[in-house]
Formats: sequence, structure tokens, C-alpha cells
Amino acid sequence: MLKDITIGQYFPGKSFLHRMDPRMKIILTTAFIVLLFIVGNWMGFVISIGFLITAIAVSQIPFLLVLKGVKPIIPLVIFTSVLNIFFVDGQVLLSIGFLRITLEGVLLALKMTIRIICLIMGTSLLTYTTSPIALTDAIERLLKPLNKIRFPVHEMAMMMTIALRFIPTLIEETDKIMSAQKARGADLESGNLLQRAKALVPILIPLFVSAFRRAEELALAMECRCYHGGEGRTRMRQLSMSRLDFYGAAITALCFIAVIVANLLL
Amino acid sequence: MNQIIKTQHLRFEYIREDENEHILVLDNINVQIQKGEFVAILGHNGSGKSTLAKHFNAILLPTEGLVMVDGIDTTQSERLFDIRQKVGMVFQNPDNQIVATIVEEDVAFALENLGVAPSEIRRRVDEALKTVDMYEFREHAPHQLSGGQKQRIAIAGIIAMRPECIVLDEPTAMLDPKGRQEVLKTIMDLNQNEKTTVAIITHYMDEAALADRVIVIDHGKVVMEGKPKEIFSQVEQLKSLGLDVPQVTELCYLLRQQGMPVPVDVITEEECVEVLTQLLQSDIKGD
Repeated sequence: MLKDITIGQYFPGKSFLHRMDPRMKIILTTAFIVLLFIVGNWMGFVISIGFLITAIAVSQIPFLLVLKGVKPIIPLVIFTSVLNIFFVDGQVLLSIGFLRITLEGVLLALKMTIRIICLIMGTSLLTYTTSPIALTDAIERLLKPLNKIRFPVHEMAMMMTIALRFIPTLIEETDKIMSAQKARGADLESGNLLQRAKALVPILIPLFVSAFRRAEELALAMECRCYHGGEGRTRMRQLSMSRLDFYGAAITALCFIAVIVANLLL
Repeated sequence: MNQIIKTQHLRFEYIREDENEHILVLDNINVQIQKGEFVAILGHNGSGKSTLAKHFNAILLPTEGLVMVDGIDTTQSERLFDIRQKVGMVFQNPDNQIVATIVEEDVAFALENLGVAPSEIRRRVDEALKTVDMYEFREHAPHQLSGGQKQRIAIAGIIAMRPECIVLDEPTAMLDPKGRQEVLKTIMDLNQNEKTTVAIITHYMDEAALADRVIVIDHGKVVMEGKPKEIFSQVEQLKSLGLDVPQVTELCYLLRQQGMPVPVDVITEEECVEVLTQLLQSDIKGD
């Protein structure tokens, strides 16, 4: 049952977006998020949604799949919308007791909803088209300047890589421990929330113990392979920007300009 | 200089924290491993064989005595990476040795640490993957592979450093019979074709029977040392140390006890078949 969980879902492919440099993809995704928040009117929204839909079409990832990424944050969207609807002053549309719904509130809620949904879809598109290892690599290289202020960039990236590497291993192990505990009569599925949380303890303890043991062995194996932090380390895989990346950057820049122009003119 | 590893009066003890008690793990060990040799180290659990192996590439340092790796004293911390590059180490659990999420990235790990140029890394990674016959899996994720395949990847990660010696600490203990075969074949090929020195710690006597030389350790001391035939012909002594002998040796031993004219130094299946056929033929003639 735990096998279905995949983190940082990646769908291999050969599209324009798949072939772009992961560093550029991260930069452009960040730019898109900024874009969503400087949008000031409906024209701007049309432009950014258009941009997003084009990107999804180019990536050849089914639209519904990208939309699915929004599902987990629906409660958050509803929560912010409700807050906006009730707590923004302006032209009253409806009032029930002390609650008043205003036109400005509804519009703001709508804008917020569009922003959040676009934001999630944009970032899931990034993880759908970029393998976790490429993402980690790109983050390490993009954050390199932070080394100057002693931020442990390499260590962070190494931690991410090891975490990604061990997720399937630990999931498999959890499955095994669950079966072993069930075979000893553990009841994991019935009872209220508290009882079920308590039932997890005999699964988590062995899992942690084994994770620590693995960590120790892994550290030893890494030492045997001359690991000594990021200093003087080279990488086999080199990232390089190509013409594709400049096209991508140019298109995003055009959208940016269009939104700013729309903001100023309308 | 023909010895890759040499220990002189090696003694290792550690202090148990709670009781302030000194625990002696290795006592006056003098072993030498020649370049190109295939050595098996035997001993039951807790005999100190893994501790000894960890001295071979400066994971542990001797309390007393000396460990020399290709003429370098392992206590010289400034030569640490030279030592670890010369003597690579493979452990029991393949899952806990693989660092990266893609096979070829993992094989590249050691070379990246050593600061080798990217194009050279690429070349050596491909070469190492071909040596262990895993080249077609270079873009797989480790968790998609079988135990034997993962262990071969771990070996590739070590041989990419081009070590002179590779120390394997029970590399087949967690594998199924098929995985064991794959890994053993890889190790044998490395020793025969690439002339890499191999030191293998094992519980399986038929693996030890393949070696050029066997070292038996008990309670932190070397108790027996010699060619597999010499070692395994001393069935009683091995049994008293809590060790087994290869199945075929055991069979011949039992036959001899029954008064059959069987030689004492049978260690491979082929030899055993030959001996048994002769025995049966002479039996028929005798009748």
C-alpha cells in the first residue's frame, strides 16, 4: 500500500521543457510566481494563465494530471477565499447577522484562488518535467553564491540526494515492519485517531533504529570513497544552457513585459 | 615492494564507555597480502575479522603496532586519501553503500570526491560499469535492482577509483544464491583479469576455497594461515574454532572416517567427483 507514494513525481519525456536546463527552469518558475503576484488586472491574469496553459501543452503532460497537483491544497484555497470574502470592506452584496459579503471581497477571493492554483500548477510542472537528481543539482549550483555567507549549500544538496535515495528503501522497510507487527497481532486499522497513532509507535521505533544503523553504515561507505565535503569536489554531470533555455527565458520575459504594460495601461 | 598490505604486531582495543573496560579485539596480528593475491579471511562472529579489515584502509587505526598500505603507514593522516584510493572497501549490505539516486552517479561518487575532471570521470565510470557487467543499467535507480546487481554497483563504485586492492566484508551474506554467484564471478574476474588484489571476509567456505590463501582468525589472533587445501584438510581444528569446511571436504572427511581411501585435501566439487568416481571404479574392480 505504501508503494504508491512517490515524492517529487517525475514524468520522463523529451519535450522542450524536459530538455531545458534545470537551473533555467527553476529561475523561470520563480519568475512565474513573481509574475502571478504583480498581476494587477484581468488582462494580466489572461496573459499568465495563457502562458501556463502553453507551457503545459508544450510539456506534453496531460492537463488533468497537472490539475491533480492542486487537490491537496484545496482546503487552503477555500480557507483564504472565505477569509477574503468576509473581511474585506466595500460595497455590501449580502449581510447575514454580523457577517457581510462585499463585492471587493468576492473579487479578491477569486484573484487569490486563481493565483494559488496557477502557482501550484506551475511548480508541479517543474517537478513533473525535471528529475529529482537534476533538481538537486540545479539547486546546489544556483545557491552556490550563498557559500560566501557560510551557508552549507553542498551539505544541503547531499542531504536531499540521500533523502531521495533512501525514500524507496525506507518505504519498503516500513512495509516489512508493518507486516511483521501485523503477524504479531498488531491492529493498525481500527480504533479512533489516538489509538491508531499509538499503534504506529511499534512501527516507528524499529524504523528509526534501522535508519540510524543505515546512516552509520552509509557514512562509513562514503568515507571509504574519500568523501570529505564539497571542497575540491568535481561533478560528472555538467549542466549547460542551450538555445532552448534562451527561448524559454525570452518567452517568459515577454509575458512579464505584457503584464506590466497591461498593469500600466488598463 | 610486493606487499600491498602488511601489519606488524597489530593490536587494537577499545574502551567500553559504561564500564571503563578495555576490550582487546586484535592481538599481535602479523599478516601480509601480496599484490595480485586473492586472500580469504575466515573467523566466526566476533573473532575480529571485520575489525582487521577496517585497519586495511585506515577506517580504524592500530592501538599498537603498524599497518602499512603499499609502504604508507596508515597513521599518516595526510596520506589518508591515497590509502583509501589504493585499498577500496565493499560492505555487507549493498543498500547502505549506495549514495546516489542513479547508478552511474553513484559509481562516479568517489571520483567526484577526488576531484577528477568530468570527462575522465565519465570514461572511468563507463569502464567500471562494463567491468562489473552493469553498463546497460547505468541510468536505473538503485531500488529497481536486485541485491546482486546492487552489490556489483557498489563494487563498481570502488573499482572506478582504480584501487590496487579491494577488501570485501562479507559481500555475499545478504544475497540470494543467484546474487552470490554474480558477485563472486565479478570478484574472480577482477582478480584474474584486472590483477586487482582481493581480500574477502566470508562465512561461506566454498568462497574461501577459491582463494589463493586463507587466514583464519579467532579471538583476535591469527590461528591458521595457508593454502585452502592445507587449511581445509584440518577438519577437526576448524570445527573446534566453530567453523565449517566446504561440503565436499566434509563428505570426504566422513568417508575417510569410515575407512575409505580418500585424500584429505578435496575442496572443489570437480575434485570430489573425480575422487568418488575412482573410489567407485576401484570398488567395482575389487568385487
